[in-house]
Amino acid sequence: MIEFRIPELGENVAGGDVTRVLVKLGDTIAREQPVIELETDKATIEVPSSVAGVVKEIKVKQGDKVKVGAVVLTVDDAGGQQAPREEKPPREEKAPEPAQPAPRAQAAEAAPAPRSQPEKVVAMARPQRQQQEPQAPAPAPKDERGPAAPAAPSVRKLAREVGVDINDVQGSGSQGRISQDDVKEHARRILSSVGSSGAEAARGGARSAMAPPLPDFSKWGEVERQAMSNIRRKTAEHLSLAWNTIPHVTQAEKADITSLDALRKKYAADVEKREGKLTVTAILVKVLAAAVKQFPQFNASVDMSSQEIVFKKYVNVGVAVDTDRGLLVPVIRNADQKNIAQIAVEVQQAAVKARDRKLSLEDMSGGGISISNLGGIGGTHFSPIVNWPEVAILGVSRGHMEPVWAGDQFEPRLMLPLSLSYDHRVIDGADAMRFLRWVADALEQPFLLSLHG
Amino acid sequence: MASTQVAVIGAGPGGYAAAFYAADLGMQATLVDEEKNPGGVCLYRGCIPSKALLHVAKVIDEARHASNWGVTFADPKIDVAKLRAFKQGVVDKLTGGVGQVARMRKVAFLQGRATLTGPRSMKIAGANGESDLQFEHCILATGSSPTRIPSLALDSPRMMDSTGGLDLPDVPKTLLVIGGGYIGLELGTVYATLGSKVSVVEMTPGLLPGADRDLVSVLQKRLETLFASIMLNTKVVKVAEDKSGIRVTFEGEVKEKEQVFDRVLVAVGRRPNSKIPGLESTRVKVDQKGFIETDGQRRTAEPTIFAIGDVAGEPMLAHKASHEARVAVEAIAGHKAVFEPAAIPAVVFTDPEIAWAGLTEAEAKAGGREVEVAKFPWGALSRSITVDRPDGLTKLVLEPKTGRVLGVGIVGSGAGELIGEGTLAIEMGASAEDLKLTIHAHPTLSESLMESAEVFFGQSTHVYKPKRK
Repeated sequence: MIEFRIPELGENVAGGDVTRVLVKLGDTIAREQPVIELETDKATIEVPSSVAGVVKEIKVKQGDKVKVGAVVLTVDDAGGQQAPREEKPPREEKAPEPAQPAPRAQAAEAAPAPRSQPEKVVAMARPQRQQQEPQAPAPAPKDERGPAAPAAPSVRKLAREVGVDINDVQGSGSQGRISQDDVKEHARRILSSVGSSGAEAARGGARSAMAPPLPDFSKWGEVERQAMSNIRRKTAEHLSLAWNTIPHVTQAEKADITSLDALRKKYAADVEKREGKLTVTAILVKVLAAAVKQFPQFNASVDMSSQEIVFKKYVNVGVAVDTDRGLLVPVIRNADQKNIAQIAVEVQQAAVKARDRKLSLEDMSGGGISISNLGGIGGTHFSPIVNWPEVAILGVSRGHMEPVWAGDQFEPRLMLPLSLSYDHRVIDGADAMRFLRWVADALEQPFLLSLHG
Repeated sequence: MASTQVAVIGAGPGGYAAAFYAADLGMQATLVDEEKNPGGVCLYRGCIPSKALLHVAKVIDEARHASNWGVTFADPKIDVAKLRAFKQGVVDKLTGGVGQVARMRKVAFLQGRATLTGPRSMKIAGANGESDLQFEHCILATGSSPTRIPSLALDSPRMMDSTGGLDLPDVPKTLLVIGGGYIGLELGTVYATLGSKVSVVEMTPGLLPGADRDLVSVLQKRLETLFASIMLNTKVVKVAEDKSGIRVTFEGEVKEKEQVFDRVLVAVGRRPNSKIPGLESTRVKVDQKGFIETDGQRRTAEPTIFAIGDVAGEPMLAHKASHEARVAVEAIAGHKAVFEPAAIPAVVFTDPEIAWAGLTEAEAKAGGREVEVAKFPWGALSRSITVDRPDGLTKLVLEPKTGRVLGVGIVGSGAGELIGEGTLAIEMGASAEDLKLTIHAHPTLSESLMESAEVFFGQSTHVYKPKRK
C-alpha cells in the first residue's frame, strides 16, 4: 500500500481547499495523472499523482482544507501481493490479472519520447490526460547536445521542486545564468498570470489550458491541417495570456470628427510631402499620448506578484498593423514629444517595415497603450483585446455620416466609433468613460490637444 | 516475517550511502552484503587499497628522485608482508568505521546473500541459515566485477585480476598488465615502483581510452620510463603456463610475438553484477550490456525496486554511485529528485594523475560541437616547479561565445585534488571569467585553473599568447 501525499506546490504555498476529487475508489491511476483539484491562494491547480496503482482509500473530500504533506489517497501497486487474506496468486497468473499491469505499462512506455529523456518533472497541473497528448503537435525535443541551462545544482533542484522547467527560465545573471530568484520569479509569473490553468498553460497559452481534445472533424467532411506560422502561434499564445490574465471591459463611444476630417484633408498634402500619411490613426496616436498624461493609469502595468501598479513616465503608443503574415504591433516612441506630422511619418514607416518583414523585436516592444484601427475595412464597434502587459487599447471602426440632432434640426455629421477595452484591475468604469470622452472631445475640438495635451 | 522500509542489496559506496541516507530521512533501512562490514569493492578491493599502495609507490619514487636535489637515499628494502599489512590496516579501518556508522544510525546490517522472491520480498542466506525479509522498497547496489575473457582463462596463481593484484602476493620480476585502462595503469605503477619489470599491452591505439590525448601523452611519457614496454594496437591471443612462467602470444604492433612473464594481471574492464538471484521474480529489466534499466530517479521497471551504482550504468565510479544513492532514496521519500549531474569527475591515480570532468575535447569533436580550449602548461606553474614536477597541463573546454566552462581536464601530480574546483565550476555554470576573477592562492596548483581561464582571454600572467581577435 503506497500513500500519495500533497507534494510541494510552489513557493509559499502551504496547502489549499480541495475543490474536486478526480478519482474514485477502485480506479487504476497512472503516475502524473491528476487526482485532485486544489484551490490555493494563488491558483487552482490539478495535483498529479506520484504513484500508480489501484485506489484503495481516498482520504480527502471536496471542501477539505489540506496542507502539503497530507495523505490524499493510498494505492495498492503490488498487484494483489500485498492484499491481506487473499491467496497469493501463483506467479504465472500475474499477467492475466486485470487492470494492474496495463496502467503501469502505460505510464512507462506510453510516455512520449521527447519527455522521457531529459527527465522533466512537472509538478503542477498537467493540463491534459496522457492519452490526449499525442494529438497535440509533437513539441520539438530540446537539443540535447546543447548545454543545459546555466544553473547551479541547488537552483535546478528548486526548479524541479516547484515544477518549473529550468530550460524555460530566463536567467538574469551574466551569460544568462539562472539564480534562485529567477526561478521564483518565473514560478510567480506563471502562478499569477494564469489563474487556474497552471504551469503548462502559462508557457503556451494557446496550446492551452483546459482545452478538451478536438473532435474528429473528418467525420463531417474533408479537412486540412496547416502548421501555425510563428507569428500566428505567438499571437495565439500572447492573446490567450492577455485574455486569461486581464479582466476585460469594453466601452463604446462616438466622436464627431466632421471638422477634424476637414482639417485632415486640408493638410494631408502637406504631410505627404514628408512621406507621411495624415491618417486618423496618426492623429489618434497623438490624442492618446496626450490622454494618458491626463489619465496615467492608462499608461501602466499590473504587477500582482508585488501587488504594485507600475506607472510609466514615458509615452509609447503601439499601432496594430495588419500584414499578410498576421498581426504586428510596432510602437511609436515618445509620442508625446512629437507632433502629428512626425507621428504620421513614423506610422507610415512602421507600416511599410511591417509589411516588408523588417520590424525588429525592439520596434515592437515597450508600448504603453495601443490602437487597433479597423476603420479602413468597416465595422461599427468591436472589443479589442488589451495588449498585455499594457492595460488599455483603443479600437477604431469606420466613420459614418450620421444625422445628429443639433438642437433644432438633424445635421449630417461624420461620426467615428471608438471602442476602449481596458484592464478592470486598475481602471474603473467611470475613469474609462472619462478617458474615452476626453479622447472624443480632443477629436471633436482639436484645440483641446494644445490646450491640455 | 521481518520487514523493513528500505532494503539495500550490496554495501558498497552506493549501497551504504543509500541505507544511511534512508535512515537519516527517518526510514527504517536494512543493508545486505556478503562481507562482514559495509564497504564493497571500493573499500575492500578497489579504490582504497590501490590508493594505499600508490601512496607507497609515490614515496619510493620521490625518494629516488631526491638524488637530483642532492639528497640520496639507499635503495629501498621492501617488506612485502608489512606493506600488505599496512594496506589491510587501511581497509579494516575504513570498513570497520563504516560498519560503526551503520550501527550508530541503526541501519540493520545483514551479512549474507540476498535472493529476491518478488517485488516486495527477499530471502537472505547467511551464516545462521536463511531468513525472509519484506520490504517496501529495495535498492539494488550490487556493483561490478572484473571482466573475464575466456581465452585468457588460465587456472594458475600467476594469473591475477585486479583483486589478486591488490592482494600483493609478491613482487614478481616481470609482470604483464593486459589492458591499458586506469586499473591496469594504477596497479602497473605500483608493481613497477616496487621493482617489477612491467609491460602493458593494450588493444586500442592509446592508453586510457576516453581521456583526451594531450592529457594521456603527458602521462605516457613518464610511464615509458617507468614501464619496460607499452604495447599498443596489440592483442593477447594466447596464454600458457610453463616452468619459466606464463608464455604469452601477442598479435599486432609488437616485435616479439612471444614473451614470458612471472605474472600476468588481467585488467580489461568491469562487468555489472546484474545476475541477482531471483531477479526474474520481478519486472526489473536488464539491458544488452548487462546494466539494470532505470529511469531518472533510478527506479527500475518494477516500481518498488531501484538500482544504483555500477550495476545501473556507466561510468562505474564510486562517487557516481553514492550520488545516485541519494537520488533514489529521495525518490523513495517522495521528493522530486532526479539524477542530472552536469559533470561526473573521473580520476586516474597514476603518477602524474589524470583527472577530467564534463565535456572532453574529444567528445566535443565527435559531437561536432564548437568549443574553445584554453590550456595552461605546468611548466609555467610555480608550485609544480618547486616540487620539480613540471609535467602537467590544465585545460578548460569552453563555450566559445560565453566562455562557459563545459569541461575541465588536468594531468599532473595532484590533478585528482584539483578537479573538484573544475567540477564545481561546471555544475555552477561558471564561465572562464568567473575562474579568472576568483583569487587563487599562490603558489598552489589551483592557480593553473585561473591561469588557463586567463589564457582564454589572452591575458595569462605566465603564458604569453597573442590576443583573441
